[in-house]
Amino acid sequence: MRLRLPKLTIWRAIFAAILLSGLYATYLRVFYGLGGATNLSDRFPWGIWIAFDILCGVGLAAGGFTLVAVVHIFNIERYKPILRPAILTAFLGYSLVVVALLYDLGRPDRLWHPLVMWNPRSVMFEVAWCVMLYTTVLFLEFLPMVFEKFGWHRPRAWIHNISVPLMIAGVLLSTLHQSSLGSLFLIVPEKMYPLWYSPTLPAQFYVSAIGVGLAMTIFESWHSSRAFGRALELPLLASMGRVLAVLMAVYLWLRFLDLSHRGVFGLLFENRLETWMFLLEIALMAVPTVLLFNPRVRFSPGALYACAVMVVFGFVANRLNVGVTAFESGSGVHYVPRWSEVAVTLSIIALGFAFFRVIAERFPVFERVGQALPPANSRLYETEEERIEVG
Amino acid sequence: MSKAILYDSTLCIGCKACEGACAERWGFPYNDRVAAEERISAHKLTTIEAHGDKFSRRLCLHCAEPACASVCPVGALQKTALGPVVYDAEKCMGCRYCLQACAFQVPSYEWEKRLPRMRKCDMCYERQSRGEPTACAAACPTGATKCGDRDALAAEARERIAAKPGDYYAGIYGVKEAGGTSVFYISAVPFAQIGLRTNVPQESLPTLTWRVLELVPDVVSTGSVLLGGIWWITNRREEVAKAEGKRK
Repeated sequence: MRLRLPKLTIWRAIFAAILLSGLYATYLRVFYGLGGATNLSDRFPWGIWIAFDILCGVGLAAGGFTLVAVVHIFNIERYKPILRPAILTAFLGYSLVVVALLYDLGRPDRLWHPLVMWNPRSVMFEVAWCVMLYTTVLFLEFLPMVFEKFGWHRPRAWIHNISVPLMIAGVLLSTLHQSSLGSLFLIVPEKMYPLWYSPTLPAQFYVSAIGVGLAMTIFESWHSSRAFGRALELPLLASMGRVLAVLMAVYLWLRFLDLSHRGVFGLLFENRLETWMFLLEIALMAVPTVLLFNPRVRFSPGALYACAVMVVFGFVANRLNVGVTAFESGSGVHYVPRWSEVAVTLSIIALGFAFFRVIAERFPVFERVGQALPPANSRLYETEEERIEVG
Repeated sequence: MSKAILYDSTLCIGCKACEGACAERWGFPYNDRVAAEERISAHKLTTIEAHGDKFSRRLCLHCAEPACASVCPVGALQKTALGPVVYDAEKCMGCRYCLQACAFQVPSYEWEKRLPRMRKCDMCYERQSRGEPTACAAACPTGATKCGDRDALAAEARERIAAKPGDYYAGIYGVKEAGGTSVFYISAVPFAQIGLRTNVPQESLPTLTWRVLELVPDVVSTGSVLLGGIWWITNRREEVAKAEGKRK
């Protein structure tokens, strides 16, 4: 028997490089503290580990609760084929958010403190409880895939019995904490740049999370169809594109109303970093919204995928702007993340892709129809396969 | 009776005796290098700032309704009846929301430590509970920092301004800021000129988040009835469809 080394491809090399840098950053974080691994300071206490890993991580995992609501509560059965991948994404997303918290918290060994030390007046307390409970819900929603794989029928039936209250709880918990991530910032009106500070931040965060949840579902369906050689559920994704277009239109209208009621449009004529970051964020969301109203775009896999990616990037830009850009001028210091902060964030993203792939290959995440391809056929997709590892 | 501190910038001579007394009380090293630092940090919880020929002092303002205490997920920060906002390092998990939320940029973090804590002035809570003045007030040679009952100090500040209107800017910083604080500033010049943040909201900051948080029970109760109802209706429709299919 010959020992076969894994084939070195460009994506695997990048994946390995990211993880190695992440490991070194982890060493810095553990032995030299937050000061040794980040550019955070007393005046800029939250950086990209909050703005990306937490705010974006939780938001990008919103497809889980959205599709559970669509399929099981609104009972729109035809979306069922993309439900399980969305649940898996959400479960991985939340698990990785917890990993990110271990990096960002000054005392990660006290992660459990909110369980026993309560302050119901704190938004962070509410978020902590919701995330904890919802991660548990997601785990229970993921378990049937494990039970099916090993043919354990009794526990499968047991979970099925509690599934309705479980799913309703999941949707409620998500509603609460997706919006509460926006409420976190309500207490700093004078520190944030007026383009982003708004009393409607909770509503903005909630609507955009549902939107990006759908966009992520399109994104992962597209990637997994290439990686696993499945047929793309195009009519399904196209109709989701339609819902996405309407949601994003509502979201953009909310943003417009918010800016006009607060009378801050004048700021858009100032030539400064905040203006450009704001325009970038809005453009990344407005362009796909307009495009998605066109049926030709929705029924072209490439164009639909490009629109979903733009929405995802627009969403990420928004959360980074709220979490970082908005604080640049009010804080009095200039924050740029250190390489080790970026390395940890990239490692977490890379791990997300890798875990998704490993689990999707081994558990009944996708419907069987697509998996029954002969091995000869799947080799055709080998070059594409590697893409999923780092996206 | 709630305690407070009155800092009168016109009386301050910038001798930094308050800094030294504060460092001694906390057991922090204090030398020329630390004295030269004009910014509060995890090893220097109060500092004298020079603004031209005027001085200013930075320390925790001990808000009546502190944003830091309201945002802390584990309740490590508490506003005491005595006045000081105190911190329990054993509870703190290091989320640093207090640093983010403080309108006065007061809390500092031990960024370089492996097991870090937040650090801020606690208005000498244990000294004050014994009836002693704060270390800074006891050390001040000119009476620029004075410690006492909050209402009495507010009245005294008003009197000083009324007695010499030419020497003072007509206003007391801390009466309305963030809904009221337990540290008052009076000065010869407008407060922005001695480095104080003047864009701080004049309302209690925790209300901003509480307004949303208090809706949680409503969202949960209404949401579960609504979602449960929708599920019941949509699945009922399916059951009916199935039953009718069988009959045919």
